[in-house]
Amino acid sequence: MGISLDWSVFLQELPEGGVFYWEMLLSGLWWTLGVAACSWLIAMLFGSVVGTLRTIDNRFVVFLGNAWVELFRNVPLLVQMFLWYFVVPEFIPPLKAWVVAADPAHAQFLSATLCLGLFTSARIAEQVRAGIQSLPRGQRYAAQAIGLTTAQMYRFVLLPMAYRIIIPPLTSETMNLIKNTSIALTIGLAELTFRTREMGEYTFRFFEAFTAATLIYIAIAMTANRVMALIERRTAVPGYIAGAK
Amino acid sequence: MWTTSSAVWLYVGESPLWLVRKFAKTNREMPLKRSITTTLAAAFALLSAPVFAQALTGTLAKIRDTGTITIGHREASIPFSYLDDKQQAVGYAMDICAKVVDAVKAELKMPNLKVALQPVTSANRIPLLQSGSIDLECGSTTNSVDRQKQVAFGPTYFVINVTAAVKKNSPIKTLADLNGRTISTTAGTTAVPLLKKYEKTGGIDVKEIYGKDHSESFLLLVDDRVQAFVMDDVLLAGQIANARNPGEFRILEESLRTEPYSVMLRREDPQFKALVDRTIGGLMKSGEIEKLYAKWFMSPIPPRKVNLNFPVSPALREAFKNPNDRGVQ
Repeated sequence: MGISLDWSVFLQELPEGGVFYWEMLLSGLWWTLGVAACSWLIAMLFGSVVGTLRTIDNRFVVFLGNAWVELFRNVPLLVQMFLWYFVVPEFIPPLKAWVVAADPAHAQFLSATLCLGLFTSARIAEQVRAGIQSLPRGQRYAAQAIGLTTAQMYRFVLLPMAYRIIIPPLTSETMNLIKNTSIALTIGLAELTFRTREMGEYTFRFFEAFTAATLIYIAIAMTANRVMALIERRTAVPGYIAGAK
Repeated sequence: MWTTSSAVWLYVGESPLWLVRKFAKTNREMPLKRSITTTLAAAFALLSAPVFAQALTGTLAKIRDTGTITIGHREASIPFSYLDDKQQAVGYAMDICAKVVDAVKAELKMPNLKVALQPVTSANRIPLLQSGSIDLECGSTTNSVDRQKQVAFGPTYFVINVTAAVKKNSPIKTLADLNGRTISTTAGTTAVPLLKKYEKTGGIDVKEIYGKDHSESFLLLVDDRVQAFVMDDVLLAGQIANARNPGEFRILEESLRTEPYSVMLRREDPQFKALVDRTIGGLMKSGEIEKLYAKWFMSPIPPRKVNLNFPVSPALREAFKNPNDRGVQ
């Protein structure tokens, strides 16, 4: 009894030949990074807009923002992934026609990116709102007093400060997003975890495959963490709470 | 665990010291060094029983020492090993394993042996077996030469064909007709490398979509997202039998490969392996396996009282006639 480990498995070729197992994991890594990067852009865009709208002086718009956040935050990510890939196309015939005709990987990539982007946008919206509301009321009054429009007030006064405050929670959100891309394996997207499991099934070396995947995920998440820390230092306003040293 | 049986044999490590600890109905523990006669009597009893003529090793020794045999079962491998509507692990493989458990009880003279059940997945079944978390895996595991480097198998109790399910009105008649189509298959199954190999050698080109389980792969076929679902024929029959319109689908006659299914046990464990081979081989020789087969493949089964209508194939008939544990390449 006991498990024997064999790390040379990564240097073996796949049964169909021509490709090594480390290359297989790497091909999954590119999909992971691609989904993470694209959905991060969607998440930041929608998260910023929705988060900002939730702080303006219009109850209807605030309600819509709240509804957005609650919708995407309260449905399990696994279920959302299933809905985007399997259910949504069934209700939109042109989309279904495209999904059937297109390369399966493209349809999976689109579903996964939209799903993760919108899910994360709800979380980022909550942080943007919190960031804006944590600013002293005086800033808003001062902006209004010097005659800025609402858009100018957010653009030049509130948001530049709010973003600096929320860099630490945004870092966690970015790291979460990277790790959440693994949920895309449930719709068959051949990302890193998918490839890891596949490698396990081919070689029956699950421990080796998952150890490698763990190290890769740690490396990506740590890189994201360091990049965000750098941004935090570079954008710090001396004397102000965020990033002040 | 010492309280259930009236007498328990305890084997200490590799030493030849055999102790008998007798538990009376009052469950009163006797002093270990009670008397030399008790020890001698125990030694005599051991020698006289043929099963104990040689020291137990491997899984049988582990089962005796722990008083428990742990069976690994699947949760959705219909009809081999799955959870029914009462969340009980049932199935063809579970019935076969029950016979093995009976044989272990008889062999160890432990009628009250505790049987623990542990759900396993296709991903963790081999590590759990190797680590000793389970003693016997009873599911739908393909016996392959590759896997035999890590685990051992009992006699083949089922033979499947890897093939494709299509809609009844589909123009696809053979596997070669899959060329240029989009098909679904389930991630983590032997069908995946097989299909890739067939693509290379057969000179065909298909686009694959991977479902995370068989029902999701089948859903893709139901929704016309793919033109075929490539999988083991019996699993396809299980999905079709549970579909809303079973008449809407058909299974291709051609086969990508024939694969034997079997129970999985640890390697280099000759005593347990012999017991498993003897028990399951015995079921086949006596014809009892036919009754088990009919119960799970030719009659309505839980949870939805669906009948798979999957008669014994010629290849399986052959395996029943000559029990063997040959793996597929």
